[in-house]
Amino acid sequence: MAGKTLYDKLWDNHLVRIDDDGTALLYIDRHLVHEVTSPQAFEGLRDAGRKPWRVDSIVATPDHNVPTTDRKAGITDPVARLQVETLDQNCVDFGLTEFTIDDIRQGIVHVIGPEQGATLPGMTVVCGDSHTSTHGAFGALAFGIGTSEVEHVIATQCLVQKKSKNMLVSVDGEVGEGVTAKDIVLRIIGEIGTAGGTGYAIEFAGTAIQALSIEGRMTVCNMAIEAGARAGMVAVDDTTIEYVQGRPYAPNKAQWDDAVEQWSDLHSDDDAEFDSVIRIDAASIQPQVTWGTSPEMVVAVDATVPDPANEADEVKREGMQRALDYMGLTANTPIEEVQVDKVFIGSCTNSRIEDLRAAADVAKGRQVADNIKLALVVPGSGLVKQQAEAEGLDKIFTEAGFEWREPGCSMCLAMNADRLEEGERCASTSNRNFEGRQGRGGRTHLVGPAMAAAAAVAGHFVDVRTMKQAG
Amino acid sequence: MDAFTNLTGIVMPLDRANVDTDAIIPKQFLKSIKRSGFGVNLFDDWRYLDTGEPGMDNSGRPINEDFVLNKPRYQGAQILLARKNFGCGSSREHAPWALLDYGFRVVIAPSYADIFFNNCFKNGILPIILDEAMIDQLFKEVDANEGYELNVDLEAQTVTTPSGEVIGFDVDEFRKHCLLNGLDDIGLTLQHTDDIHAYEEKRRQNAPWLFR
Repeated sequence: MAGKTLYDKLWDNHLVRIDDDGTALLYIDRHLVHEVTSPQAFEGLRDAGRKPWRVDSIVATPDHNVPTTDRKAGITDPVARLQVETLDQNCVDFGLTEFTIDDIRQGIVHVIGPEQGATLPGMTVVCGDSHTSTHGAFGALAFGIGTSEVEHVIATQCLVQKKSKNMLVSVDGEVGEGVTAKDIVLRIIGEIGTAGGTGYAIEFAGTAIQALSIEGRMTVCNMAIEAGARAGMVAVDDTTIEYVQGRPYAPNKAQWDDAVEQWSDLHSDDDAEFDSVIRIDAASIQPQVTWGTSPEMVVAVDATVPDPANEADEVKREGMQRALDYMGLTANTPIEEVQVDKVFIGSCTNSRIEDLRAAADVAKGRQVADNIKLALVVPGSGLVKQQAEAEGLDKIFTEAGFEWREPGCSMCLAMNADRLEEGERCASTSNRNFEGRQGRGGRTHLVGPAMAAAAAVAGHFVDVRTMKQAG
Repeated sequence: MDAFTNLTGIVMPLDRANVDTDAIIPKQFLKSIKRSGFGVNLFDDWRYLDTGEPGMDNSGRPINEDFVLNKPRYQGAQILLARKNFGCGSSREHAPWALLDYGFRVVIAPSYADIFFNNCFKNGILPIILDEAMIDQLFKEVDANEGYELNVDLEAQTVTTPSGEVIGFDVDEFRKHCLLNGLDDIGLTLQHTDDIHAYEEKRRQNAPWLFR
C-alpha cells in the first residue's frame, strides 16, 4: 500500500466519522473570525438558541473594514462601524477572544494567527475567508469557508466535508537573486491556471519551497486559492518549528517535546502517491507581473503584454481581449513601459515584516515618482507595524514619499476608504486582480513587495534586479 | 433553507468564464450584517453605469442596457447559464445570497470554484455541472429562442429542454437529500454529538496544547 501524503495524514487525524459515500465529519482545531463573514452566523446561532461548542478554539479580529488612517476618530463610515461593533458585541456575548481595533495584536486574520502561534502544525484551521489557505504553510490543513459553515463550526466544532484529491507542486532547484515567494506562486498559477487546483489540496514542495522562510511559504500557500485549491500546504521542518517556538499560543515548555515529535511526521511519505504532479524549474522563474483580470494572466517583467491573436481557443481569446480592454492595455506592449498611478504594499499575501523589509530596501534613499498619486504601505498587524517602526522602516517609507498606515486588509479589497478610482492603475502586492476588486474600474497588477516599491520609484514597472542599491 | 425539488424557469445566459464572487456582489455591499437584500446589487458593477453604495436608492440609477441581466427577454429568470470556474475568488456567501435574493434557484455551468459550489447548497441553490459541449448547445438554444425555459428536476436529476431533450446530471447524495428536504446540516451534525465528544477527548489527550 502506498504511503500517505501530508494532506492524507491531516485528513485522517481529524476524522470524526465518515459515511460509506465518503461524506465525512472533520474536527476543526482553530477558527479565525472577522467582522464581514460572521454577523449572519452569530445571528443564526441566536435564532436557534445554540452556543459555541468550544470558545477556546476561536480567535477574532476586525480587519476587512477598519480604516488605515488615524484611528482616534473611530470608524466614520456608519455601515462599517456597525459591522465592527457587531463583531465586538458578538465576542462579548459568546465569550470569545477578540483582538479589538485598539489592541496592538489586531491585524489581518491570516497575519495574526501565525504571529500569535494560534496557527500550529498539524491543526485544521478555518475562517470565513478564502485566503485561509495561508496557514497551510505550517503543515496545517487550512481552508476558507462560507458564513453557513462559520455557524456550523461554531456550533459543532466540525465541518461536513468530502476529501479532495492530492496535488504536488514541486519547485526544484534555486531561484535567482531577487526572485521571491510571490514570483514563485504567480508563476505556478500562470502554469496550472486559475481553476487548475479545483478539487485538489496542493502540497508545495521542492528545494525552492524548502529554502523559503515561513513568511515566504505563507505567501505561496495564501494564493493556492487563486489556483482554485481551497487548501495549500508545506511540510513541517526546522524552519516551521523555530518560527512557532515561544509564541503566545504555542505549546508550553512541558508540552514542547511531545509537540515537536508529533509534528515531525507532518510530511508526505516517500512512497506517497499524488493524483497530479506539477514540476517547475526554480531557475526559470523571473519576477512576475500580472497583466489581466485573473491571477493566471501573468508574465515575467521582461516580457510583453500577450496578444490574443496568438490564442487558438476562442473562449480564451475573448477573455484575453476583454481583459486587455478593461486593463486599458495594448497587446505586445513591454511590461516595463506600463505606467502606474498608485502602489499598494500590504494584504494577507505580503504585509509581514520580511515583505516590508524587502520593499524598504528598494525605497531607501529614493523618491516615489511624480506620476504616482498614492503609494501606501499597510502593515499586516499592529505587531508587524511596531517591529517595522523599531527597525526604522516607517521613516524610510515616509522619507521616500510612501504613506505609512494602520493595519488591515485595506486596498486589497477596498472595503474601506483605500481604493482605486475609475481607470487608475495599481502595482499591488495583494492576491486578486479581478475587475473592480480595488475599486470600480480600477486596474490591478499583482507583484511582489520589492517590485511594487520599484514601480513606485520608477513610476512604471521595472525589473527590480536592474536597480542598483542606493547609498 | 427552502427546499428545492422541481423548477421550470427562464434561463439567463452569462457568456464569460471565471466569473468571480467580487463580480457577483462587490465588496461595498458586504458591510451589511443581514443575509437578505443583496438582489438589487447582484452584478452591480456590470449592471449599473455608476458606482453603487450600500443604502442607495437603486431605482434611479443609470442602467447598463448591454448587460444581459437588464435585457427585457430575461426578466424573471430563475436559471443562470454560465461558463467554467463560476464563482471563483472570495468565499463570501453574499454571492449565493445575492443570486437567491434576485430570484435564481439554479446555476448551470461546466465547473465551479469549490467554496462557491458548497455555499450554494447551504442556501437552496442547485449548482448543476454539465459538460462543455452541452453548455455550448444550451447557450445557442437560449440565444435563438426568446422566453427559453428549462425544467430542472432534482429528484430525477434531469434538465429538460423545451424540445423535450432530457439531460442527466450528477449530484452528491447527501447534498441532494438536504436540498430536497430543505435541511440545514447543523442539526444533522449534532445528531453525532457523541462521536464529536469521543474524538475531542482523544485529541485533548494527544495534543493538550490545542486546548486552553
